[in-house]
Amino acid sequence: MDEVTEILKNLDWSPLYISLKTGVAATVISFFLGIFAAGKAVKASPGKKAVLDGILTLPMVMPPTVAGFFLLLLFSRRRPVGAFLFEEFGFKVVQTWIGCVIAAIVISFPLMYRNARAAMEQIDVNLVYAGRTLGMSETKIFWKIVIPTAGPGIASGTILTFARAMGEYGATSMLAGNIQGKTGTIAQKIAMVIQDGDYVTAGIWVSVVVLIAFVIIFLMNFISGRKMKNIGRW
Amino acid sequence: MAIDMLIRKKWDKFSLDINFKSQSKRIGILGASGCGKSMTLKSIAGIETPDSGHIKIDGNILFDKETKTNLKTQKRKVGYLFQNYALFPTMTVEQNIAAGLKGNKQDIHKRVKEMIQKFGLAGLEKHYPKQLSGGQQQRTALARIMAYEPEVILLDEPFSALDLYLKDRLEQEVLQMLESYMGTVIMVSHNRDEIYRFSEELFVMDKGRIVASGKTEELFQNPKNKTAAILTGCKNFSSIIYIDDHTVEAKEWGICLKTKRKVPKDAKWIGYRAHDFIPVWGTRGENMLKFQLESSARLPFEQNYYIAAENRIGNSTEKNGEKDKTMICWFVQREKMEEIEKKGFPDYLWIDEGKILFLNE
Repeated sequence: MDEVTEILKNLDWSPLYISLKTGVAATVISFFLGIFAAGKAVKASPGKKAVLDGILTLPMVMPPTVAGFFLLLLFSRRRPVGAFLFEEFGFKVVQTWIGCVIAAIVISFPLMYRNARAAMEQIDVNLVYAGRTLGMSETKIFWKIVIPTAGPGIASGTILTFARAMGEYGATSMLAGNIQGKTGTIAQKIAMVIQDGDYVTAGIWVSVVVLIAFVIIFLMNFISGRKMKNIGRW
Repeated sequence: MAIDMLIRKKWDKFSLDINFKSQSKRIGILGASGCGKSMTLKSIAGIETPDSGHIKIDGNILFDKETKTNLKTQKRKVGYLFQNYALFPTMTVEQNIAAGLKGNKQDIHKRVKEMIQKFGLAGLEKHYPKQLSGGQQQRTALARIMAYEPEVILLDEPFSALDLYLKDRLEQEVLQMLESYMGTVIMVSHNRDEIYRFSEELFVMDKGRIVASGKTEELFQNPKNKTAAILTGCKNFSSIIYIDDHTVEAKEWGICLKTKRKVPKDAKWIGYRAHDFIPVWGTRGENMLKFQLESSARLPFEQNYYIAAENRIGNSTEKNGEKDKTMICWFVQREKMEEIEKKGFPDYLWIDEGKILFLNE
């Protein structure tokens, strides 16, 4: 027990902050991108939808390291796009926190998109038609009818997105690396200390992750349970 | 007030080909499910886009393929009462009614209040649709439409989602609420009673086409063709052989019928409503059907008899477990049952020649 308190006293909490920061930033961006893409997908023709869906869901079914590979191809400063971004805007992605966020967005976005799309597809299409016959603009219909009615699905999608973004490992380690205090997330920290055989520190971080996961699941059930009130239950 | 529409649209297995003009303010479209009547309403509302044709209401062109006019649903000013009402589930009654209104907050509030009073929704302002009864949901949906002051109101099977025992009362309520509305109302339904009560002018649809049209009452009296007759509730049909201008042979019923009216040359069928048979005891006269009872069913307010005509007696009317199409339905209302109970089962059924419907295909 002494060992644990000793470690806790000197523990560098930066992985927690970095993970949370990355999770929040990636979730906010994925949230809007995902809803936007879902809104486009539900209106697209079946053919277009299949293609769009395939591309947007790809990062979810591939190993994260494959996404990491493509991201490196794109953003490495030895490649045209990466070089251009750095030379023109001084924008660095590889080995930076921005890299963490971008990796997390790419990996977590499909969860947001798919959940939002499924929630939107379940909406009675007559609600949209009713909105139109009442003279409501498409934007108003989307934000006042579609999003609230799809609320529970979108909320649970958001939470899953956050959880996935926060726990991202594979693509992050390739794109952003594991720089202590900069890109070192909890997931990477656990892998690193385990390699050193430090099971106590790993255990502490595992406890933190389990706690966060538990809060997330609780939040998810709470939100969907509360929002379901107006929608009817099985 | 006038509606003029010609629309064509093709799907894989179904095509819609509708052409109608009407000056009436209360128009009914009667048809079985899947005949395209909802599609017709959706085309008027701009939810569906026809392949060709035009839709004009009171001189406003909503759609015209030739001039490439296709007003957005938002610009058509149509009120659409959906079968399931399509109330916004996350909005309260108030918010639902206010959803389509534009302008300053005070005016909207006033208008919503007015509608809540008019449609008897006071006290339910803060309720969500799920907390309302079917009738309240319908009134909310109507209030939402009326608040928006549409130029046309479309009712899509408005009463089919309601419990039977509520239906008559709500139907009456809705008709009253619509009375003050000056614009055109089009109702589609598969229910002949609803349509009969509601509409001045009636269009009967079948397989994406209009098969009969006219003043509602006249059309019920003389549906002109078999499809329309079936939809207006006629149960008994027989193909006919023309004998002379005042005589036809009803093939399936095995009887010659004399009529005072001249038999229309193009008539291929006759129809006779199940309630119109008159029981006769004693000697057989003209236009009387000899029959045998096959089965009967007791309903709350009437008795239904299923009978076989003379020429079918002895032949089983049941084929492969399916009732023969020539089975004749005879419905007797409760108050007339007493006579039958007193005198016993009648010997003949008299067909009132004035009530025979002459029908073409």
